[in-house]
Amino acid sequence: MILYDYALSPDCYKIRLLAALTGAKLTLRAVDFHPGGEHRSPAFLAINPGGTIPVMQDGTLTLTDSAAILTFVAAKSGPAWLGDDSPEMRARVAQWLAFAQRLSASIGKARTHDMLQKPADIVACRKAGVQCLREIEAALVERHLTGDAFLAGNRPTLADIACFPHSMLAPDGGISVDPYPAIRLWTRSVRALPGFIEMPGIHRLHDLKPEPVGVPE
Amino acid sequence: MTDPIRDEWYPVALVSQLGPEGRDTRLLGEPVRVAWQDGAIIVTSGGHTLPSQQRYGHVWACPGTPARPLFDIPEADQPGRRLVDVGLVRVKCSPLRAVENFLDIAHFPFVHTDILGAEPHTEVGKYDVAIREEVDEVWATKVHFYQPQAAKSAAGGITTEYMYRVPAPTVSILYKTCPPRPGEWDVITLFVQPLDEELCEVWPWMALFDDDTPMTDLIHFQQTIFLQDRSILENQLPHRLPLDPGMEIPTRADLTSIAYRRWLKRRGYTYGAQLVAA
Ligand SMILES: N[C@@H](CCC(=O)N[C@@H](CS)C(=O)NCC(=O)O)C(=O)O
Ligand SMILES: [Fe+2]
Repeated sequence: MILYDYALSPDCYKIRLLAALTGAKLTLRAVDFHPGGEHRSPAFLAINPGGTIPVMQDGTLTLTDSAAILTFVAAKSGPAWLGDDSPEMRARVAQWLAFAQRLSASIGKARTHDMLQKPADIVACRKAGVQCLREIEAALVERHLTGDAFLAGNRPTLADIACFPHSMLAPDGGISVDPYPAIRLWTRSVRALPGFIEMPGIHRLHDLKPEPVGVPE
Repeated sequence: MTDPIRDEWYPVALVSQLGPEGRDTRLLGEPVRVAWQDGAIIVTSGGHTLPSQQRYGHVWACPGTPARPLFDIPEADQPGRRLVDVGLVRVKCSPLRAVENFLDIAHFPFVHTDILGAEPHTEVGKYDVAIREEVDEVWATKVHFYQPQAAKSAAGGITTEYMYRVPAPTVSILYKTCPPRPGEWDVITLFVQPLDEELCEVWPWMALFDDDTPMTDLIHFQQTIFLQDRSILENQLPHRLPLDPGMEIPTRADLTSIAYRRWLKRRGYTYGAQLVAA
């Protein structure tokens, strides 16, 4: 599986993260998204006319959408991540995969605007980003009421992998995550998964170390 | 009379990325335009053409009257080096904070975990810091640090030696041991464009000995490192760099930062600085 990848892209990172969590082997092909704008070059557009990353190629298969790529990697290397425990869970995963597109279009754009000076209607992007975070927060609170810690149920699925990166990187685009305690708790759960990997702006958990000695019982 | 702030050279664009549309940007709070004209690049501000030149992959401009030539990086012309245009990263921080963070080796294990540093190897040994009067630059030398992956070309953990150099108030250059070429130094720079006193665009640039790593991987590696710094920089307090001693407690690792602040103060470079302890 070849992944056309950009180190700073949350949508590429979610593929790398799932691969790390499932043990899937990726061959990374670095795309000069910034400053080179390689994703708009004729050679890249021949692979993905949409001019976006990530792109995955495997044999004759070319996938140009992160939801499709996540689905493919999970189906091949970790089917449990597809979330097939029940019709409801499966449908929720599909819904969150679609929802993640709204995150890319809002928080993702605000972030590349603020960091890399890519063009965007920054006020509209931030507004839409806040709306997305509010929806995730509300959904997580609702899940907690039924005892579930993850977006689609009581265990992590593609839904979490798809929505987690942008939720954590919102401050890069000038969107605070301080008002969302359920999101913060959930992102900690994702970061605690065995095999978790980082990207700039998404740090591993440092605070799961043992208590210092001398703490009273 | 010279102006210690306006008479400096500042990066305003990457030559390789300057398209026919030009670039509208800002320098020291004023609008600046970088554009092609008859095959040359010119920089204008407020109806005036600014002194400008192209060097180290970037367009440099001076809002005032240049007090001195642009600093020299002799390695830039050394045959066999790959010159890497990393591209701008905007950071909501004082331009001086961006330089100061770059000089601080103690943050590697915590911010660049498993790349430029790793616990428990957090010790910064004794090193030398000096303001070199003959060139009017800050230099830190004999800095040794254990690194898990010092460069894209490094196969495993090594102890890296660094030298840090501040040749201009908003420029920092580091020299580090070059894994594939013992005896030579890799050159990694941070060229900082001050937009305002608390907003800057940072242009990392590198001159490396590495014949194997694809250019895009070199860019990604450096962007990864710098983006790890960005959120730290945006959350630093006070936002402006205090030039008066006594506000922040010095440790051995901060000796370079102390020299840098002293040197800035001596030069009267106060853009992005805080003079009176708040
Ligand atoms: N890619 C560089 C990292 C350098 C870099 O630009 N990062 C700043 C971040 S603060 C720095 O001080 N780096 C020190 C270093 O290069 O090791 C390397 O090869 O090590
Ligand atoms: Fe750093």
